[in-house]
Amino acid sequence: MALSFIKDPRIYQIVTLSGLLAFGWTAHAFEIDPVQFAAIVLASCATQWLGSILIAIRPDFKSPLITSLSLTLLLRADAVWPLAAAAAIAIGSKFALRLGGKHVFNPANIGIVAMVLFTDAAWTSPGQWGTAVWFAALLAGAGLFVTYRSARFDVPLVFLGVYAALVFARALWLGDPMAIPLLRLENGALILFAFFMISDPKTSPDGAIARAAFAGGAAVLAYLMIFHFYITDGLFYSLALMCIARPLLEWIDPAPHYRWGDPVAPLGGIRKQKQSKTNSVHPVPAE
Amino acid sequence: MNRSLRKSLFAAASAIAAITVTGGAVAFCGFYVGKADTKLFNKASKVAIMRDGERTVITMANDFQGELTEFATVIPVPVVLEEEQIHVTENAILDHLDAYTAPRLVEYFDEDPCMVYDRMEMMAAPSSVALEDGAKLRKRDSLGVTIEAEYTVGEYDIQILSADQSDGLATWLKQNGYKLPEGAEETLESYIKQGTKFFVAKVNLEEQTATGLKYLRPLQIAFESPKFMLPIRLGTLNADGKQELFAFMLTRTGRVETTNYRTVKLPTGMDIPTYVKNDFGSFYKSMFEQQVEKENERAVFLEYAWDMNWCDPCAADPLSQDELRELGVYWIGGGDKPGIMPRRPMPQARNVFVTRLHISYDAEHFPEDLMFKETNDRSNYQGRYVLRHAYKGDAQCEAAEQYRANLPKRFESEAQTLANLTGWDIDDIREDMNEAGQPFEEPKKDSWWKLLWGNDAKDG
Repeated sequence: MALSFIKDPRIYQIVTLSGLLAFGWTAHAFEIDPVQFAAIVLASCATQWLGSILIAIRPDFKSPLITSLSLTLLLRADAVWPLAAAAAIAIGSKFALRLGGKHVFNPANIGIVAMVLFTDAAWTSPGQWGTAVWFAALLAGAGLFVTYRSARFDVPLVFLGVYAALVFARALWLGDPMAIPLLRLENGALILFAFFMISDPKTSPDGAIARAAFAGGAAVLAYLMIFHFYITDGLFYSLALMCIARPLLEWIDPAPHYRWGDPVAPLGGIRKQKQSKTNSVHPVPAE
Repeated sequence: MNRSLRKSLFAAASAIAAITVTGGAVAFCGFYVGKADTKLFNKASKVAIMRDGERTVITMANDFQGELTEFATVIPVPVVLEEEQIHVTENAILDHLDAYTAPRLVEYFDEDPCMVYDRMEMMAAPSSVALEDGAKLRKRDSLGVTIEAEYTVGEYDIQILSADQSDGLATWLKQNGYKLPEGAEETLESYIKQGTKFFVAKVNLEEQTATGLKYLRPLQIAFESPKFMLPIRLGTLNADGKQELFAFMLTRTGRVETTNYRTVKLPTGMDIPTYVKNDFGSFYKSMFEQQVEKENERAVFLEYAWDMNWCDPCAADPLSQDELRELGVYWIGGGDKPGIMPRRPMPQARNVFVTRLHISYDAEHFPEDLMFKETNDRSNYQGRYVLRHAYKGDAQCEAAEQYRANLPKRFESEAQTLANLTGWDIDDIREDMNEAGQPFEEPKKDSWWKLLWGNDAKDG
């Protein structure tokens, strides 16, 4: 029992995200009110509880907590209600929008997209993280660990690899100094998105090839939206679009669904993967 | 010396800069209040940007100080501009916008501690408007440079160039008397590949003489583009040291921030020693430099974010409808009553939100152009610093005793605040405070029996 509790990668995720939030608060990087945070947690847990009752399962509050932390880190509003609404939409979507036994959208992602796209009450602050390299590295390290635990080590690497390749290629083509692509990649929100949002095993495909296509596709979409269409929230839209396309990817490359606490990839496998980035040797988690 | 060859290449924000000629005089009502406007900073550029959807109007102040024949500017623009999209306006409007959004010093006077506390604060300032126009053409060039259009607008001769190759453009510019800084070709290349056009302006001396002005007026351009940005890269090339940029954003929805750099609110609302009143400028400069340092020289600073309908306290009146329209705010009607100084939101909301950003930049810390985003944030923010004058009267009561006993503690905390904000030496601050009547030693307490019978007991 105790062991299975520790095996659940969500514990690590909650700890890491809480640490980031605490850092953001003390370093004054994030402007979010404790009342807003409380409202997000309350709304997401209440929605989780309600949804669980409706489909008659035991409510688990780890997922809504992670969603709450992600929303707190990435979404901003003047009032309290838009954040609470984002949390309710995020968790509600898990119960309402399902396909093939999985929820369609990444909860925090769809909460953000819905509020930014359909209301005038919330916004994201992609630049607010600052570009201190060490901070991004810290995030990445912590993120790697979290995703390794949840057997989705490849998603952030593929996503960041493809995105970075595109950003660098653009700079090379334009003849820009490398400081420009580096500035864009040293963005805390980007790293957080890669390691804590898109890597969610419940909303990324289970097959390794499908997963690589999912992460790579999101990177290409995000790059196009941000650099060619100047859509500042392109990062979040790209994931929502890939989630819509996900059933197709899963149909092409079917695999058993991931469950929290499934065995993780052995370390050797991960090393191998690091070298060849996008190959498909990632072990499929056992059902 | 070949004068035409000494024309220097300025770019966007750098050419486009603060004017000190027609400063809007500040009319104070009530107690004195100071403001820290852009004139404090050398080499400061002022740019106002109206942005609504893809509609953009950029107003660029021109602080060029040298011979007018030597003025030349190259500004990357996203599209070829028609003559009607270019305009020349008055400095006074930008000065007014500067004054309205400037960080402010407010002053409170403690009431008699034996009475109920009360507060006071004050501020005010003026406004103005203007208009102008030009001519048209189109050419081609062997260097791959196309003169898309040529106009004379106000005192400026303007060409809109497009180019296939940066070396062609560089050669063209050199042939036409522009001095290109090192690294300009690479930067021009990057802009060309992104489909950017170039807005090139020089002074038309005849037209300039006709204006009867000794300075150059701000240039304005209006266009539609999904890119919400300000090109600063060319400007950093020929700069020695850092440049200061003030960007005033006029939007419909809310506050503007940068997406590729961190936007930071400056510390505000602090009580600082009263002697700062005599030199608010150097206080503000030191504080700003300190904050720049603290953010590793990589942050954009928010100095003001407010609904244009009101202000509290007002460093200057909100801009008039006419002034706002002149700056590109197309969604409001012109013509309004002057002389109002609203402290509260006016009922006929104009839906204009102003954001004042202050950037101290160089190529090393700001390698990329400034990319902006309009947020839905309508919460008000202002740089505001408070002077709190101690009650000087001869109050006699228990509360007054306590009040006086607490003053040194209060002064000390003001000294600490000032030292933290500016990096000034705390001992110097204490000394200055002592001299200015904010002493740190506890006042001698009267004996309780003195309070009981008074020391002016009359015989009788």
